[in-house]
Amino acid sequence: MTAALHAALKNPPINSKNQNTKERAELLVVRVLSSFKSSDIEKAVGSLDKAGVDLLMKYIYRGFEKPSDNSSAVLLQWHEKALAVGGVGSIVRVLTARKTV
Amino acid sequence: MSLYSFGLEPLSCHAWNKDRTQIAVSPNNNVAIIYEKKGKEWVKIHELTEHSGRITGIDWAPESNRIVTCASDRNAYVWTLKDDVWKPTLVLVRINRAASCVKWSPQENKFALGSGARIISVCYFEKENDWWLSKHIKKSVRSTVLSLDWHPNNILLAAGSADFNCRVFSAYIKDIEDKPGPTAWGAKMPFGEVLLEHKDCGGWAHSVSFSPSGDQLAWVAHNSSIAVADATQGKEVTQLTTGHLPLLSVLYVSPTEIVAAGHDCCPYQFSYKGPGSLEFVKKLDIPKQTSKTSMSAMQHFRNLDKKATEEDSNELDTLHQNSITQLCVVSGERDKVEKYSSVGLDGAMVIWDFQH
Repeated sequence: MTAALHAALKNPPINSKNQNTKERAELLVVRVLSSFKSSDIEKAVGSLDKAGVDLLMKYIYRGFEKPSDNSSAVLLQWHEKALAVGGVGSIVRVLTARKTV
Repeated sequence: MSLYSFGLEPLSCHAWNKDRTQIAVSPNNNVAIIYEKKGKEWVKIHELTEHSGRITGIDWAPESNRIVTCASDRNAYVWTLKDDVWKPTLVLVRINRAASCVKWSPQENKFALGSGARIISVCYFEKENDWWLSKHIKKSVRSTVLSLDWHPNNILLAAGSADFNCRVFSAYIKDIEDKPGPTAWGAKMPFGEVLLEHKDCGGWAHSVSFSPSGDQLAWVAHNSSIAVADATQGKEVTQLTTGHLPLLSVLYVSPTEIVAAGHDCCPYQFSYKGPGSLEFVKKLDIPKQTSKTSMSAMQHFRNLDKKATEEDSNELDTLHQNSITQLCVVSGERDKVEKYSSVGLDGAMVIWDFQH
């Protein structure tokens, strides 16, 4: 499962201007995040490095923008665990980043 | 560490005189006030009222005892003390937007002024006509200049700007000084030459600080990161992202130790020992031991219900109760600072001791 997360977070479409690519990437990541068991989330976040946590935060907030079914609840759980590792700094970086994921 | 509260208004900026018995502060309005230390209290002795806009920067030159103030009214004044009265002299800065920061050069023969007009104004005194003139650095600056710092050689000037860039310029004015020797940042230094341009610091570059030798430049950006550029290692930049709120001010206290403070209301210590090795050392504010007053069970549950918290106090556990906006060296040499001061949006000024 963690490998799926790492694969989904690899090569984010940050420099691309193609909205389609970004949306597809975002849907994929949200699908991966929703398929985790609640107890595994913490371990998965722990396996990411600093840049990975920042990237995960960016996807989480992107996912918040378009809530669907159960996604918000799952994303909130991920948010809590990512915040514990990244601190408020990771949220600030989501807000100040000029290139969105 | 000692805290002194200058009132409820945020302190925009502060500057110390040579022997640190007097401090000039501005309480977020168009007046600069000079306080003198009498015992444990600070007593107001002078009020500098000439600006019509909010004062954004104050700097006090220790040797020549001159104060320069800049404000959002697009003006800067140089104040000299005559017969115990501070007399202002207008400086022709020629900017059409608010000034944001000002700093005397190490030899105090000129000062640099950053502004919202995307211009850095380097001002010097011309004896012939008895006025202050300015030369503009406009090259490549695309937004407001947020902070300035001089290199110890009196020629190089670092500028952090809201266009996400951090730059080092040459502010060599051939009318008033000799040609500088080459430094680690470069050899050819005509006025306005860009010696370092670090694009995309990740956020507005709030504050810049040269190391005591001038070979490293540290800055803090709005994406909660701190970075150091090392001229001796090919101007290589090492960046550290932190998990705290953005830092607003950075200060080098020794050749390797850096103190930075910001919206977290608490100074942090970082250490830079070489490219790739920028690390967080520790928080410099020890939270005060709050005495646990006994709370009745009713009070406890009422708090849980109303505020979802178990504590009673509304205060932060840091000395400053609001963001720290500026750090300044108080005592000690540039390469072994013993005390530094911080002012914040809570109107308080705290003097911290630094243990090396």
